Amino acid sequence: MFDLWISAIRKVFTVNILKFLGTGLLNTLYIAVVSIALSFVFGTILALVRSRKLGIFTAIAAVYIEVVRNVPLTLFIIGMRFMTRLPPLESGIAAMTIFTSAVVAEIVRGGLNSVGKGQWEAAYSQGFSTVKTMTHVVAPQAVRRIWSPLIAQFVTTIKDTSFCAAVGTYELSFTSKIVASHRTIVTAQDIIVVYLVVALVYYIINFTFSSIARRTNKNSAKGVVR
Amino acid sequence: MNGPFSIANWRAWFNAAPLFMRGYGQTLLISLWGLVFALIIGILAGVALTGRNRPLKLFLRGYMSFFQNTPLMIQVFILYNVLPKLGVRMGVVTVGVVGLALYTGAYAADIVASAIRAVPWGQTEAAESQGLSRVQTLVFVILPQAVKVGLPSMTNQAVNLVKNSSIMAVIAGGELMYVADSWSGSNLIYGPTFVMTAVLYLTICLPISLFARWLEKRSVRNV
Repeated sequence: MFDLWISAIRKVFTVNILKFLGTGLLNTLYIAVVSIALSFVFGTILALVRSRKLGIFTAIAAVYIEVVRNVPLTLFIIGMRFMTRLPPLESGIAAMTIFTSAVVAEIVRGGLNSVGKGQWEAAYSQGFSTVKTMTHVVAPQAVRRIWSPLIAQFVTTIKDTSFCAAVGTYELSFTSKIVASHRTIVTAQDIIVVYLVVALVYYIINFTFSSIARRTNKNSAKGVVR
Repeated sequence: MNGPFSIANWRAWFNAAPLFMRGYGQTLLISLWGLVFALIIGILAGVALTGRNRPLKLFLRGYMSFFQNTPLMIQVFILYNVLPKLGVRMGVVTVGVVGLALYTGAYAADIVASAIRAVPWGQTEAAESQGLSRVQTLVFVILPQAVKVGLPSMTNQAVNLVKNSSIMAVIAGGELMYVADSWSGSNLIYGPTFVMTAVLYLTICLPISLFARWLEKRSVRNV
């Protein structure tokens, strides 16, 4: 029994397998980091368009956010992979950006709404323009409310990259599945070690960021002017 | 008209519509059972988290931490690929229900625990002063009030659960996303499949989301 575990660890911790899983991890991080960065840009634009009165654009932003948030990410991943000519990683990034932008838009909107109306009125009374009020008064306060859920969303995004396994993109989950079906991986112990190692990698990354998100949340509760 | 959205493609999709409806039914079934078990896990774990049993709380914290910080995909791989090696055989539907219930349950436990904590301590004291036992206090006084606090978040989790059920496409789960993926792949008809699958998911998720929104608005007004 004990021998089987030792041999399982020996089999999984080989240079080739670790290199292969390492590539998967790098791809996962690449997709997640680029997606969350792009989503922050597009999500902020969506949130601004949705919270200002811009007629048809506001309506489009609202419909976009509602529709995308109520459709599984997997569908965007499949659609982007098979309906466009983008290479695997980039199609994953495109799909995740379409999806995550809508989620980030709601986070940003929540942050903007948390800044009281009085702040706008006070800035206007001092002769600030709308843009100046936004950049100098509202945004600095909203950012404090946005950080924590945005980091939490990054954790979700890292987990979400695993949905790219549905179209065979070489991210961490899919590479682990390939390793688990490798010809040297035979016993239950072998497979368990493969998945535990991968689960642990995900866990360490996500736990770190969830903890940071929790801490920022506590700090941001202080010092927001209503 | 050519391209992915040609009339021929739409016709082909509508001919295959019964297949998609079966997948839709399967998605509903899996989501419903997943939600029921997730709620059971969430309520039991949430109550235990507000209790005094330290070893149990530690165990639950571990469970929640693991399931919240690893992807559902890996959890499903473990259920689907590892358990059979240990002699536990489950059908794909069971794997889906168990996976979704454990994953969503980890979030539901957090929601239930914080909802219970949101009920003022005076409610417990008042109930106990009237001679209610601890269980009676919980069931008749605390939980009914906690439901109001926790329901909007729980409803959002239900939407996530339905969306996450699409993960079963990778284990040939027979639900909507699997049908969409395999049918479009073998017929090379992506346009109508993409649009109609989105519409079918919207018919489940959008009403739940709107319900959650309505609950949130109402609870803000009542506070």
